[in-house]
Amino acid sequence: MKAAPFEYVLAESLDHALECLDQYGLDARTLAGGQSLVPMMAMRLARPSMLLDINRLAELKQVDIREGAVSMGATTGQRAIENNIEVHGAIPLVRDALRWVGHIQTRNRGTIGGSLVHADPSAELPLVAVVLDATLRLCSKADGEREIAAQEFFLGPMFTATAEIECLTSIEWPIWEGSGVRTAFDETAMRHGDFAMASAACQLQIDENGVCQRAAIGIGGLDGVPRSFPELAQQLVGQRIDVRLAREIAHCAVQQTEPGSDLHADAEFRRQLAVVMLTRVLQAASTPSPHGTTNSTAHA
Amino acid sequence: MPSPPVTIEIKVNGLLRAQMVEPRTTLVDFLRDHLGLTGTHVGCEHGVCGACSILLNGEPVRSCCMFAVQANGMSVTTVEGLAPQRGCLSKIQDAFCETHALQCGYCTPGMLIACHALVQNTPQPDEAQIREAIGGNLCRCTGYQQIVDAVKLATTPGYQVKEKSEPIAGQPGQVAIKEASND
Repeated sequence: MKAAPFEYVLAESLDHALECLDQYGLDARTLAGGQSLVPMMAMRLARPSMLLDINRLAELKQVDIREGAVSMGATTGQRAIENNIEVHGAIPLVRDALRWVGHIQTRNRGTIGGSLVHADPSAELPLVAVVLDATLRLCSKADGEREIAAQEFFLGPMFTATAEIECLTSIEWPIWEGSGVRTAFDETAMRHGDFAMASAACQLQIDENGVCQRAAIGIGGLDGVPRSFPELAQQLVGQRIDVRLAREIAHCAVQQTEPGSDLHADAEFRRQLAVVMLTRVLQAASTPSPHGTTNSTAHA
Repeated sequence: MPSPPVTIEIKVNGLLRAQMVEPRTTLVDFLRDHLGLTGTHVGCEHGVCGACSILLNGEPVRSCCMFAVQANGMSVTTVEGLAPQRGCLSKIQDAFCETHALQCGYCTPGMLIACHALVQNTPQPDEAQIREAIGGNLCRCTGYQQIVDAVKLATTPGYQVKEKSEPIAGQPGQVAIKEASND
């Protein structure tokens, strides 16, 4: 299938992009990597009259590792981040998740910000954004810059708090200071790289005695938005995480979700999968890795 | 709805190609319909099957998931451009023949691009790396094993291209360009 006709505008600067969005508003869509938008346009699920290509703006590709946070321009490539060793050292969960995003060919074009604003409920990066408490920076000509927490950003399936005239400019990923930070990401899909039927992510800080000092957990693919569970994560603190505890927390988390059914998985199967996924990532991240502080589940 | 054509310049298999295109023309349609390079196949047209894979500035991407206008000023290598010389085969292409790594052949251009990109960066890939590299390409004849075998064969130290054919004058990727460049 082919996309409906549209006017193509190549943004020359961020100001130019914001000016265009202000002028066209509802009729415009920003195009970055296009790995979600172009297929949607081919299926005519999206039919913008103007496409604003922001993919060549150098100012939206800056990656900056500062004290306490990694700041990433919205159109930073997924593959570029996957191959960035410094980013991996600072926020390992992002790279763990990226290995599950589409395929090498799509990650070569796909961007970090594009995946977030597309807000597919089973996508990996939105899940990591809520688990890590990322902050998104949005910009518009009318109101300038504003920041919003990932928790408030995702409103429903493919639906975010971005206004029509706004552009996502960068994402701030908090770095957990100190040693013993371990992460894991796992999901089940029809084929590796396809949309997850259920996914889970966790980041733990484990001290030298094996006791959890800090925890963040989340589940994707069940509700209309990715979910994190700060209260349940708090229950892991001060404990040694064994299989029994991991499974108990996973059950409690899944009880708070309301999954739907589709062709690939009904609600009950999704719940069971999510329990297994979350139990598995908690176990993987709480077991010391012989290779260092970072631990991630095996690549299927 | 307004969609004035735009002029784009893309280096395809080493040759600079300048054309007017409608912005909604996908890169794969541009390669096939405007340049006559029909080696790149159109499969699902929404990024699932990988049949349309090409190299964009040396990296494998889906040419159905981008508009030709987005590739303006960039360089593209299609399956026609993989061989070192027109009329010859690359090592990967030759190994595909040797191990019977193609059945109906529909997925083959995408598979060749994926495998070529892999060995560019990883000259001696292991089986897991090969399977990851072709993981985004669907073969409906389910012939994946022979494709894995082909990459292993092509990357065996000392492997030489067995297919003997006389090189034809001209650069790779020029096949069929002449007939298609009337527009």
